[in-house]
Amino acid sequence: MSENRTRIVSDQAPRALTVSGLSYSFAGGPVLFDKLDFSVQAGEFVALLAPSGAGKTTLFRLLAGLVKPDAGEIRLGGSSESQSPGQKRRIGYMPQRDCLMSWRNVLDNAALGLELSGVPRQEARRRVRELLPSFGLEGTEQKRPHELSGGMRQRVSFLRSLLSGGDPLLLDEPFSALDAMTRASMQEWLLQIWEQHRKTVLFITHDVDEALLLSDRVLVAATSPISSLQQVAVGLQRPRDYSAVLEPSFIQLKRQILEQLGRTPVIKEGAGQ
Amino acid sequence: MKKSVKTVLPVFLFILLLAALWELLTTVFEVPHYIVPRLSDVLASLWENRLLLGRHFVLTLGEALLGLGLSVLFGVSIAIWMERFNLAKRTLYPLIMASQTIPIIALSPIMVMWFGYGVWSKISVVILFTFFPIAVNTSDGFRTADPGIGELMRTMGASKRDLFLKWKIPSALPGFFTGFKLAATISVGGAALGEWLGGESGLGVYTKRASNMLRGEAVFSGVLLLSLMGILLFLAVRWLESKVLAKRGSSDEKEM
Ligand SMILES: Nc1ncnc2c1ncn2[C@@H]1O[C@H](COP(=O)(O)OP(=O)(O)OP(=O)(O)O)[C@@H](O)[C@H]1O
Ligand SMILES: [Mg+2]
Repeated sequence: MSENRTRIVSDQAPRALTVSGLSYSFAGGPVLFDKLDFSVQAGEFVALLAPSGAGKTTLFRLLAGLVKPDAGEIRLGGSSESQSPGQKRRIGYMPQRDCLMSWRNVLDNAALGLELSGVPRQEARRRVRELLPSFGLEGTEQKRPHELSGGMRQRVSFLRSLLSGGDPLLLDEPFSALDAMTRASMQEWLLQIWEQHRKTVLFITHDVDEALLLSDRVLVAATSPISSLQQVAVGLQRPRDYSAVLEPSFIQLKRQILEQLGRTPVIKEGAGQ
Repeated sequence: MKKSVKTVLPVFLFILLLAALWELLTTVFEVPHYIVPRLSDVLASLWENRLLLGRHFVLTLGEALLGLGLSVLFGVSIAIWMERFNLAKRTLYPLIMASQTIPIIALSPIMVMWFGYGVWSKISVVILFTFFPIAVNTSDGFRTADPGIGELMRTMGASKRDLFLKWKIPSALPGFFTGFKLAATISVGGAALGEWLGGESGLGVYTKRASNMLRGEAVFSGVLLLSLMGILLFLAVRWLESKVLAKRGSSDEKEM
């Protein structure tokens, strides 16, 4: 497991996640995944782009071990998880809805993962407190979820997943419920946080701009059922900020992805926004 | 403090108005005391019999409280049992729902038959009245638990015990209190009914005897005390609820 700690992304970088031959369909529903293969390297920020209803959340639930695949294998780090179902998977999962506990304050909501992995309560709280300022949550320790804005709730949820220590971190459309302005500032904030922590992240979205802005690599799911993912390497320099969306290379990549998704490419640059 | 005055004052004034109207109308229209006694007569009767009424009050309250406590114990236990074991739920839940169509009042004499005229027949009638709302609402409370939170906890390696204590129980508390509040108000009725069916003392017996003797002011003073008891029990449970569910941002908090 020690190779997971390496944070350099290169061709030889160890895999954080390997999916091979994954097939899945809900009972009576359409086939969502058909012999899907893909992998994520340790330390990489990968965006998974797919239209709504394509099965993105379902994929995360498969990766998290919450649903069993019909066929195929999901490996975390080096070990094979599908062959030892009793073993606990340790991915970090941030669900699409924030799923905060209304009966807990910010501090104890964020400490949930630590608490469940046996960290003593005081120690867990101390570690949450340390991170609150950089999550823009200073002074909200005692607040309940209903007293927070949508953006703050997502940050608490993200902090909770980050602290649970799982690897890789699966983020399921964390900003899709937010208004455009809050979303933009949350994206910039996530870029900063990621620079600090450099966790392996698999980020689900159906927003092309968001995928390009945040990730090292975009995986595009254009088919239904999803049987393969088209790869787009994002060569934009890091650290990034929101102004990256104006760069010509960004627009070039965006055009490429829209084509892959089967949309008619926009005639004027930026008219698709 | 200011807020509580603001909420209590209108209610208090309205009660005063009703009391004044009661006194006025019964006096003006010379309503016979066995139909509606004058309020002043009722209050006088309350005062005269305060020691006797006090003893009856404590007894009835004791029966209601004991029955209520046992109902909480049984109701919550069965709700938890149904939650833990799917088979128990599939067998019991429909039965419990169906049993609510049985007129409980009609069942009460059975309790007298089984437990005699002592205090246990009253307590068992209270349980008969209050068990269902607690069991059903607590069970429904478990079902309202957000499955997303459960899944998230499982990805964090939560054990069954963790899931139960940190997710299911806190999620079920609002439902439990809905049932508990309902049960608290009807427990007094259950105790009074138990006493009517056969008993020596308690406010139910007191009002029934007074009614047989057409002593309107005594009947009304008993009814007044029973109502007061119901309100007190309800308020006590609501207070407990507000302490336990403090700061959750429930709909309750916003309304009050
Ligand atoms: N528990 C379930 N049982 C049966 N079908 C389901 C279940 N959950 C999801 N589905 C179906 O599977 C498909 C994929 O759902 P999923 O939630 O994974 O989509 P998604 O890509 O995450 O969509 P969105 O972008 O709207 O969140 C949908 O057609 C949905 O109706
Ligand atoms: Mg989804």
